Order: sequence, then C-alpha cells, then structure tokens
Amino acid sequence: MAQSIAVTADQGHDEEHHHHKQTFVTKYIFSTDHKMIAKQYLITGLIMGAIGIAMSVLMRLQLANPGEPNMVFEALLGKWAPDGVMDPNMYLALVTIHGTIMVFFVLTAGLSGTFSNFLIPLQIGARDMASGFMNMVSYWLFFLSAAIMIGSLFVELGPAAAGWTIYPPLSALPEAMGGSGLGMTLWLVSMAIFIASSLLGSLNYIVTVINLRTKGMSMTRLPLTIWAFFVTAIIGVVSFPVLFAAALLLIMDRSFGTSFFLSDIYIKGEVLAHQGGSPVLFEHLFWFLGHPEVYIVLLPALGITSEIIATNSRKPIFGYRAMIASILAIAFLSTIVWGHHMFVSGMNPFLGSVFTFTTLLIAIPSAVKSFNYITTLWKGNLQMNPGMLFSIGLVSTFITGGLTGIILGDSTLDINVHDTYFVVAHFHLVMGISALYGLFAGVYHWFPKMFNRMMNKNLGYVHFWLTAIGAYGVFFPMHFVGMAGLPRRYYTNTNFPYFDDLADTNKLITYFAVATAFAQLFFVYNFVKSIFFGKKAPANPWKSNTLEWTTGDTHIHGNWAGPIPTVYRWPYDYSKVNEEGEYVIAGQDYAPQHIPMQDGEEEMNH
Amino acid sequence: MTAFLIIFIAALFAISVWQISKIVNLGKSPEHDVEAAEVANDSDNKRQGQMMLVFVIAMYIMMIACFVGYQDYFLPDAASAHGADYDNLLLLTTVVIMVVQVLTQGLLHFFSYKYHGRKGQKALFYADNDRLEFIWTAIPVVVLAGLILWGLFSWNDIMDANTDDDPLIVEVYAYQFGWKVRYSGADNTLGDANVRFIEGQNVIGIDPTDKDGMDDKVGSELHLPVNRPVIFKFRSQDVLHSAYMPHFRAQMNVVPGMVTQFKFTPSVTSEDYKSTEFMTEKVRKINEIRRQKSKELVAEGDVALDPYEFEYYLLCNKICGASHYNMQMKIVVESEEDYNEWLETQQTFEKTLANAEN
Repeated sequence: MAQSIAVTADQGHDEEHHHHKQTFVTKYIFSTDHKMIAKQYLITGLIMGAIGIAMSVLMRLQLANPGEPNMVFEALLGKWAPDGVMDPNMYLALVTIHGTIMVFFVLTAGLSGTFSNFLIPLQIGARDMASGFMNMVSYWLFFLSAAIMIGSLFVELGPAAAGWTIYPPLSALPEAMGGSGLGMTLWLVSMAIFIASSLLGSLNYIVTVINLRTKGMSMTRLPLTIWAFFVTAIIGVVSFPVLFAAALLLIMDRSFGTSFFLSDIYIKGEVLAHQGGSPVLFEHLFWFLGHPEVYIVLLPALGITSEIIATNSRKPIFGYRAMIASILAIAFLSTIVWGHHMFVSGMNPFLGSVFTFTTLLIAIPSAVKSFNYITTLWKGNLQMNPGMLFSIGLVSTFITGGLTGIILGDSTLDINVHDTYFVVAHFHLVMGISALYGLFAGVYHWFPKMFNRMMNKNLGYVHFWLTAIGAYGVFFPMHFVGMAGLPRRYYTNTNFPYFDDLADTNKLITYFAVATAFAQLFFVYNFVKSIFFGKKAPANPWKSNTLEWTTGDTHIHGNWAGPIPTVYRWPYDYSKVNEEGEYVIAGQDYAPQHIPMQDGEEEMNH
Repeated sequence: MTAFLIIFIAALFAISVWQISKIVNLGKSPEHDVEAAEVANDSDNKRQGQMMLVFVIAMYIMMIACFVGYQDYFLPDAASAHGADYDNLLLLTTVVIMVVQVLTQGLLHFFSYKYHGRKGQKALFYADNDRLEFIWTAIPVVVLAGLILWGLFSWNDIMDANTDDDPLIVEVYAYQFGWKVRYSGADNTLGDANVRFIEGQNVIGIDPTDKDGMDDKVGSELHLPVNRPVIFKFRSQDVLHSAYMPHFRAQMNVVPGMVTQFKFTPSVTSEDYKSTEFMTEKVRKINEIRRQKSKELVAEGDVALDPYEFEYYLLCNKICGASHYNMQMKIVVESEEDYNEWLETQQTFEKTLANAEN
C-alpha cells in the first residue's frame, strides 16, 4: 500500500502524445510548459530579489553612517557617490526601486507567478494551463519589464526616485527631481508591461482553475494553495487595470500637457499651465491597486503555508471552509480599504471613518486564519522540514506585523505614526518578510518536484534560523524608532538633533540587516548546488496528499504519462482513522486525493 | 541596552551554530536510508522543536528589552488638547496587541515544540469545530468594535474644524524645501492666494487685490498662543508635502491645488515643555551623544556640533525631493502676550507691497 501514491510510471507509454520532441529553445527559453515557465519566473524573481535586497543593504549602510564615505557606495554607485558619499537623490532612488522590485517583481511575479504556474495544473490535475502560449507571453513580458526596470538604473539623471507610490506632482515634473525625467518614463513603461504580463497570467490561472479540474476535483476539494492562487488572480484582474489607468493618465500629464493630477504649480521660478487636477485622485487610483496588491502578495504565501503546515503536521488544516471563507473575505475587503493609506491626505474625514471601519474588519478573517494555523499544529506530529519552519515563521511574522496594523488602520492613531518608521516596520513584517517566508517555504517544499532533487535540509535550517533572528532584529526595534516620530525616506536624520539618540538603534538595525542579507547566501548556495548535485528526490518526499506528487519522477509536458488521476477525496486526509482507530490506509498516515474511499471510511468534516 | 541586545543575539547565534554543527554531525551517521536523507527525521524534529521554544523565549526577552530600553523613544506627553485622548487610545491599543502577541506567539512556538514529530506518534484528525471558529471570530469582533468606536469618536472630534470657538486661522505654506507661515492678521481672515500671484516680495502668492490679505503677515517661524484653538490651512506651491508636528499629534498632507486643514489647541508652552523631567533628561542624553561626536569631529579637524536645546518642530513627512530630509520649521508656543508682542514685530502684506514699490 505504501506504493499507492505512484499512479504509474510505466503504465501507458502509448499515451505520450503530449510529449513533443523539443529543441533547447522550445524547452528552456520559449517554453509553453507551465513547469518550465514557473522555473523561469522563480529564477528571474530570485535574481530581482537579490538586487532588491542589495539595495536595502545600501540604504541601511547609509542610515547607519549618514553622509559618511563608504567604499561600497563608491564601488557600486559610481557617479552617484562622489568620494564615496551617497547622493541624496540616489538614496531616494534606492528607496523607490527597492520597493518596486520587491513588491512587484519578487513578491508578485516571483511568488505568485512561480507557484501559480507550477501548482495550479499539477494540483488540480490538468496537463497544462488553459493557454500555454499566453502563459509564455506572460513570462516574457515580465522579463521585458524587469529588463527595462533594471535598465532605468543607468540613465543619466537617475532612475525614478519619487517612492514606489510615485505620487505626482513629484513624479510628474522633471523640474522637481532628476529621477522624474527619463527614469520615471522607463518606470511607467516597465510597469505598464508588467501589468499586461500580470493580467495575462491571472486570466490564465482563473480559466484554468475553473475549467480544467480533473474528475472529482470539486471546488471544495481544492487544496488551499489553489484557492489562494485563484482568488489572488481575481483580485489582480480587478485591481491592476486601475493602476494601468493611473499610469496612463500620469504619462499623459507628463508628456501631453493634460492636468489629471496637477494644478496650481509654481516650480523653478515658473507657474505651470496645469489647472484643475488633483494629486489626491492619483492616490485613490494608486491605492485601489496598492492595497489589494498587499493581498496579492500575501494570499499566495498563506495558501502555500496552509498546504505545508497541514502536510508537515500530518493533520488536516483546521477549518478548511473557514480558511476559504477568510480568503474570500480578505479578497473582498481588500478592495474597499485602500483609503487607510490616505487618512491624512486631505480627503474628506468622513471617508476616513469608513475606511477605518472596513480596515479593522479585515483584521477579523486574518485573525481567524492565524488561529486556524495554530490549531492545526495542536496535537500534530510535526515534521520540522525547512519548508515547515518557514511556514511557522510566516505565521509568527504575520501575527506580529498584523497586530500593529490595528494601530495604523485606526485613523486617529494613524495621524501621528503615518509615514514614520513604524509603518516601515509594520509592512515589512506583515507583507515583506511573511511573503518571503512563503516564497522560501514553497521553494523548499516543492523543490523536489521542480528539479527532482532534494535541497540540503541542514543548510535550510541554518538559513531559516539566521533569517528568523535577523528579521526580528531588523524590524522589531524599528517600531520604536517609528514611535519616536522618525519619518521614513529620510536620507539622514542628523538635521534633527532630537533624533540623535536613535542613531545607535539605527546602527543595530543595519548590522542585523547586513547579516540577514548575507544569510541568504546559504539559500543561494543550497539552491544552485541542489539543482545539479542534490540527492535524488523520491516521488513523494513529504508524504503529501495532493496530486502533484503522483506524476512519478519524469518531467514531461503534460505532467502525467498515463491518464490524469481521478480525485476521490479532499487533500487533507492526514492521520485519518477508521472506526477501529487504525489509519484508513493501513501503514501510512495519509490518504492521497486519488485514492478512493476505503471500506468503512466516512467522508467527514468538510 | 544596545550592547546587551548585541550580546544576547551573539549568544543566540552561537547556540544556533552549535546546534547546527550537531545536526550536521548527526547527518553523517551511516545508518540513514538514502531515500529520506534530506527529510526531517526524529532528531531533526526534536532539535528544531527545541529551537522554536528557545526562539519564542528569546523573542519575549527581546520584546521586554525593547520596551524597557527604548521607553524614552516614545514621544513625551502630547502638547495639544486632543493629544491626551490620542495617547490613551494608543496605550490601550498597544496593551491589547501586546497581550495578543504574547499569547499567540507563545502558543504557536510552544505547540511547535510540544508536538514535534516522533516515530509512531499519531496526529489527531481534527478538521473542524464550529464553536471554536465562532469564538475566535467573535472575540476579535468585540475587541475591534471597542477600539473602532473609541477611534471614530476621537477622529470625529479631531477632524471637526469648526470655527465656533474663535480659532486662530494660520496658513502653513510648503515649498521645496521649506515652510512659510501666514497669519491672518486683525480680521482673522486669510486673503485669497494662488501661485499665479507669486512675484518679487510676494513669495507665497497672496492676491494683491484682496482686502482680506492686506493685514496678513508672512513669516518663517510658527508662533502659537497657548490654549487657543488654531485652524491650520495648508497650501503647497509645487509637490506633495506633509506637515507633521509629532509633539502635537498632528499631521496633514499639503497638496498643491487644494487647501487642506487641521485644527488643534496647543496646551503646553515651549518653556514648560522643555523643562519637563522627560525632556530635560532626553536633551541631556542627546547632548552627551553630541559631545562625544564633537570630540571625534574636532579630532578630525571638523567643526564641533552645537549643543541641542529642545524646540517644537514641524517637519516634512511626504517624500518631496532631494532635501526632503531637511525640511523643517521651528514652532514656538507661548503666552498670549508674548505671542501678540511677537506678532507686532512682523510685517503686514500691505507694508511688504509698499516696500516693493519703493
């Protein structure tokens, strides 16, 4: 019975009509196989992540020793660090591009792009995405936008530097800052392409989940990963076009003299002709995407964690339906809370009340999810694989970061912590670190499926613990710096002697940040080495229930060499026992989805 | 405190390295079956479970250390009438979230330790419990409802910029990279203004044809009489800025093309605020740091830093360009008499225009 998971490796060579003869180009570059596209997303995302993290290290170095020369700056920033002293414009550019890269290119494309592509067809029992071609176009548009974004770092007057939120008029007027010239144009072009890529991907995910589920795979038998990816794609389709519109209007304002966001401006000794626009309008449009974006980043991570925690706890996820309901509630609420970024923007205070209300509502499904994770661990038989550690870490940072959201989401309290380091600490924990943990958890967990090899667990443990210590070391003290009223996006705090006593803490944070950044090298080494030299992976290393582990260990376009398996149960029959108190399948504590109900077994609790 | 933290972290780090080296050694033992080599075994589970326990204890210590070591980072008592309410709400919210934080993190990591995998251990198939789900939906609902209600009442009070209590009307004007203040003069009414009127001495674009503007006074320091409500009208000439007055628990974005507003009543004069125990101690500490820094600077042939004396300040808190980090203005809160005396010394707009013509 222990072999019951392997649907077959040999049964059905005659059905290999899906397996085309492939050249190097069609297999590795312009591939339409969702598994290859997922790997392309992953590797591109990781490279972008390395760049984004390196930028954060540069910023932290500057904040630890503001205005002092540094060899690293001189080596990496060139003319932007004359004599090794970082230019204030460059600091703002780093802030901007770090944010953009991490939010969009790493945590949207790198996380959701990778795992939605990889897992949706495999876990719902489909041979590929609904449109393999669209999927390929989606990746290459993403690649193009990433290339443009990186390219923008090298333009004469510097890359976009108005913050990742690119609020006009700062982002609209080259007179206001150098980065708002060609750098901002490239930023907008890159993002426009990125949005196209994201939409193609999302539409594909939605259609695939709705139409291509295998026999027996009802919506309530979907693994929570798929639910999360599915709902994420829907939020993306709803909100990304709004950012596209905002970007388009901003391009109009910048290049064609329209006044959507500009009015009454006097700059560099001249009054501009713009009249009647409103920067607050841009803020609304931006955050209509920007807030759902937080959940676009987070939900896939939570889906991944749900799956990994259940598998490694050897228990069903607690409250499967409540988890789905929470995902749906979060998705719905996420589109009506954007105003909490704008309490002090000058919008009508009554709107502030409304957004406070909706924002604190969204805390409820989030709380339910956290409690469900904790209950899932309770009385489990926890297998502490690296993926599991990162999942537990995610729940931890999600709670810590989420709780401070109660302060920020309250319009009254937001008045005095708005745009301080308190905010920076909050969102880095709740969406940055949490989503990165989700990414790492996913990589450790599905690496065997992606590359047919195992990652080294001990390096994984080292990676996790160093990252966990470092992440809290960076972001927990940062809350207190924010409580002192220290504004974010300041090149240096030395112009306010009131902040002088924060300098040591800023140094401490920098030490942690640098150490944590270097700790990621354990991951890089492990990842690269394991691709080529890792131990050969067994078919189902984590003894998991979901369908992706039934494909056998050959990678073919079409996933299953034989017929697609039929699904008979939900994915969380871990440690399920029959009336005699024995596991329903004797000798193994899990019952994969393609195994029919056993004699005397009840389908229960979901 | 920082030194303590560093030592503590170094110790943690040493423990993890030690534990890891043990694991690595264990991993080398020959009897492992090749198949499951990179899957956690019983000893991994045990060790990682223990690490979880150590981690959460360390986290508790870190949280306590931060709250104790960084307690003087928290802003001192508010210097505005609505600030006390703000501070109470912040305190209550902080207590609530820290209680939840301690409990949930404790459970999460303790369960990770307690239920770490062992061969032959049977997990409990426990998929659902409507009552539990109901309980932990209801508790956040109730707690959050309380916080929301308090928050919304405060918010309505703070944002209600009515003119019933004869507030002083002051304009705060932002530009890259500085601030100007405009007092509305004897009529307590600001004259119309638009960037299109900016010319010569008329730096913030007051309409020279509007009578209300003639007695307006423009300055670059914000003086406020204590205990009189003030309505701030914010205007920007170029990009978004944000007027942040942390000690008054006040902030509002400054938006080109529109006038935003915020109302509060300063309740403590600059002199009184400086002489509070908290502030004298804080300033003493800061000056100690600055003296040390100055020594180094002088040794390198640079100019020493000035000693610091606390003054209220207004700073820019919305990214606005290269010198965003140094866009500040001094605020002075003083008695009504002192305020009036100071105001007398300022020039009216009428005078400014007249001078410009001469």
